[in-house]
Amino acid sequence: MNLALFVWRQKSPADSGGLQQYEARDISPDMSFLEMLDVVNEDLIKKGIEPIAFDHDCREGICGMCSQVINGTAHGPQEKTTVCQLHMRNFKDGDTIYIEPWRAKAFPVIKDLVVDRGALDRIIQSGGYVSVSTGGVPDANAILIPKADSDRAMDAAECIGCGACVAACPNGSAMLFVSAKVAHLALLPQGCVEAARRVCVMTETMMKEGFGNCSNHYECQAACPKGIKVSFIAKLNREFIKSLAKPSEAL
Amino acid sequence: MRLFSSTVGRKNLMALSGQALIAFVVMHLLGNFTVYSGALNSYAERLHSLPLLVWSFRLIMLAALTLHVFYGAIITLENRAAKPQAYAVTKTQKATFASKNMIWTGSAIAAFLLYHLIQFTFSGVPGRDLFSRPDVFGMVVQGFSSLPVVLVYVASITALFYHLSHGIQSSFQTLGLNSEAAMPFIMKSAVIISLVLFGGYSSIPLFILLGAVR
Repeated sequence: MNLALFVWRQKSPADSGGLQQYEARDISPDMSFLEMLDVVNEDLIKKGIEPIAFDHDCREGICGMCSQVINGTAHGPQEKTTVCQLHMRNFKDGDTIYIEPWRAKAFPVIKDLVVDRGALDRIIQSGGYVSVSTGGVPDANAILIPKADSDRAMDAAECIGCGACVAACPNGSAMLFVSAKVAHLALLPQGCVEAARRVCVMTETMMKEGFGNCSNHYECQAACPKGIKVSFIAKLNREFIKSLAKPSEAL
Repeated sequence: MRLFSSTVGRKNLMALSGQALIAFVVMHLLGNFTVYSGALNSYAERLHSLPLLVWSFRLIMLAALTLHVFYGAIITLENRAAKPQAYAVTKTQKATFASKNMIWTGSAIAAFLLYHLIQFTFSGVPGRDLFSRPDVFGMVVQGFSSLPVVLVYVASITALFYHLSHGIQSSFQTLGLNSEAAMPFIMKSAVIISLVLFGGYSSIPLFILLGAVR
């Protein structure tokens, strides 16, 4: 199949950038979206044009590196699928495809489709952890956790930190990302000890990093390749309300 | 205070002040329905014979409104700044017309509120009825005898409908008063409540204009 691509090209963070048109020829429907871009890049290299820069790593849908907005949808048209696991059979011969980087103030473009998602790491560094004194490895199941709680915590822990929620959010908010970590740890006995501090610090860091406020558009849930639900944001909201009972010094 | 500084805290304030304002909107409509029973003038007289109630209520509403408008504006400005560059192609999946235009429907409601207060509250009741009570009913019928005025009212109530259809369900999510199982019910109820309020509020000027209420 042959496709017309409009790809965001931007030489450097300071460059203003713009959409460039390219052709993708003889694309197999069994290729992944990134393999299609590999083919296009081979062609560009042959022509002496700088290849399109894009983030990728595992190409199995688990690392959270790939980050492209395809025809206005983060990670493209297939539900709960990362770009690397999106196959060209989802497109038709002759289609026009717009490929853009994640857009948010907190995600500055480094080059073409590559953005700096360090802000998400800094949110995690601020509170997305459990303080554990070092020592011997505890026995498995030494702390009993109800099955329902552990299942729900694992649902939240599925977040791969790709940032699609931020890309899809009209407000550029990272609330789904933050709520996944807050809910994951608050649901477990090891994490609930620091739950109040965590929710306050992580949301504060989120705002300092330039993300927007959540206004419940629910676009994030639709874009999430791991199916993280906005019910975790409601959980985060409850954790915040509970934290109000504690004085700031205690956090 | 974390409630006023945190992004989640401010969201809670938006939800709580919004719910207080919704409670007012419901009570105001129930009061308005006395137009149909012919008891509007006695209702108004009784209400204003309780100045403590009226003024404490007004102050609470003013506080809720101030919070809601102030944080609504700040949050909108922050959110725009957080998304400086738009996509060449946008395709929203879950966001609705209502959720994307809260600031505009909200501004329309605020402008309407000012107009409504000038028209019916600040100007005072001009006439007296047969029992020499302030003739609120006559003032209302007189006010809604003009087509442009009725159109402004129906348009503003439409803005209120959109604002509440997102606002009601959003407030439950924000306050965490929901679950995955309850959310579809909350979302449907929010639309139904908004529709009922729309029907109730717009019926009064429309029926008066059509001469059904005299």
